[in-house]
Amino acid sequence: MTNEEVAKDLIRQFGEDVYDFDDPHGMLTLSTTREQIIPMLQYLKNHTIYQISFLTTLCGIHYPDDPNPEREFCVVYQLHSLVNNFRIRIKVFLSEADLHIPTATTVYMSANWMERETYDFFGIIFDGHPKLIRILNMEDMDYFPMRKQYPLEDPTREDKIDALFGR
Amino acid sequence: MSTVLDISNKNVPGSDLPAKPEESVQYVNELTTLNLGPTHPATHGIFQNILQMDGEKIVSGEQTIGYIHRAFEKIAERRPFYQITTLTDRMNYCSSPINNFGWHMTVEKLLGVTVPKRAEYIRVIMMELARIADHLICNGILGVDTGAFTGFLYLFEERENIYEIYEEVCGARLTTNMGRIGGMERDLSAEAIRKIRAFIKRFPPIMREFEKLFNRNRIFMDRIVNVGGISAERALNYGFTGPNLRAAGVDYDVRVMNPYSSYQDFEFDIPVGQSGDTYDRFMVRNEEIWQSLRIIEQALENLPEGPYFADAPEYYLPPKKEVYRNMEALIYHFKIVMGEIDAPVGEVYHAVEGGNGELGFYLISDGGRAPYRLHFRRPSFIYYQAYPEMCVGTTLSDAIVIMSSLNVIAGELDA
Repeated sequence: MTNEEVAKDLIRQFGEDVYDFDDPHGMLTLSTTREQIIPMLQYLKNHTIYQISFLTTLCGIHYPDDPNPEREFCVVYQLHSLVNNFRIRIKVFLSEADLHIPTATTVYMSANWMERETYDFFGIIFDGHPKLIRILNMEDMDYFPMRKQYPLEDPTREDKIDALFGR
Repeated sequence: MSTVLDISNKNVPGSDLPAKPEESVQYVNELTTLNLGPTHPATHGIFQNILQMDGEKIVSGEQTIGYIHRAFEKIAERRPFYQITTLTDRMNYCSSPINNFGWHMTVEKLLGVTVPKRAEYIRVIMMELARIADHLICNGILGVDTGAFTGFLYLFEERENIYEIYEEVCGARLTTNMGRIGGMERDLSAEAIRKIRAFIKRFPPIMREFEKLFNRNRIFMDRIVNVGGISAERALNYGFTGPNLRAAGVDYDVRVMNPYSSYQDFEFDIPVGQSGDTYDRFMVRNEEIWQSLRIIEQALENLPEGPYFADAPEYYLPPKKEVYRNMEALIYHFKIVMGEIDAPVGEVYHAVEGGNGELGFYLISDGGRAPYRLHFRRPSFIYYQAYPEMCVGTTLSDAIVIMSSLNVIAGELDA
């Protein structure tokens, strides 16, 4: 079971909907569309040989500087096959105008809080989630703090200019 | 290499242990809402549980977390790599060295730095000591929650000794900030080795005494056998890792499946349970303490000679003596401290076996001085989701014991 084998199989199965194959540090990485993500998780989980049935992490990424507005937000699923010791990373890119993605709680119970955390940090809406509310931050927060436009330190301070610290 | 060891044996002759709770509990009375936490002393941290009770039985529960959320992932996006180590300290503060080294190994993987064997062995020793300290707290407090304070105090003396070893190795006790990117900040001193040797000699009899007090203690077993069980299938679906998953019978251990830091050199067993209940979790942790001792002994025995840090001048601070005399060393020292060094572009996931399970670091670097995005896979955040399901049908006192045996660490839960 190699990266190439799984990649070829996924192309056979999902055709045009899987792209951007890569293997940084040996981990198979690919992108798909939000329509295909849940079928893909199901397919990998139920595959008799792969048995990629453990959701290691689920998190969001914000790329405000990406020239393509369709790729401003990203949801990353990292899965693990405990039987074959095989890891795979699946990305789904979203635009800010339409931050909806189907929930993975139908496949993995563990996705529940990870999705709530991703919503809490980035405002990505997981359709069909049983209880999509903030989890770590307070309920009445009116912004999504992990987005890049929110600076960590007080921008009005003059004694801490980024240029001086090479940031 | 490693073998799987079944530690689950609940057959005590002549005992009638409580039967498993029935599949469906019939509720007739009006429900009572019970607020467990956020500062309830038995929750060992700040988290709230709103329980719906029918008399003594828990019907449903709902957790509220985030009371000590400190936005580590956001803070990390502004800090140079070496400054992030101190953030990892504060996640699972019962086993900080594992978090520190996990982070260092993630950065080393991104940079492509190979760490010398001696540093890896020192790391293994410290990580296993941290695992012992972590499990000692969990199992000691499980005793306290069932009403037995003695074992806890016995074990805490030993935890104190482990902290003294930390102090000898890195200067700190709780939030250790141990090691550096590329190796250790100093070699194991003769005094540190003496202390470790003294520990592995003194500790086993105390641990045996603890086990003698608890493992087959009828009162203790009555309280925890078949309490809060979870099947292997459910546990995997809930993302359990570490001792809690192994108690359910799945022999997944990151140290064995994806060996890091020379774990493939050591021989140790993976203890597994059968029913994933509180007793199995307790026993798995006890056995892991013994296995950790085995690893420490082997690592000390075979501690290789050689350098204790890698040749990574852009990340590993030069020796202070050099900084005063050598131009290049001074430049690197300044650049590292001021965070002037740009990391290579890349995307890396690295996992270590933390005290509670798979502790993962997902690092995305855009070529700047700080990570573009850093996500921590905190095991307790993921498995604590299953807590209400494990509590339903049990009593309040069982709920406390289940939480205690899950070893939910607030710092790791909330990051």
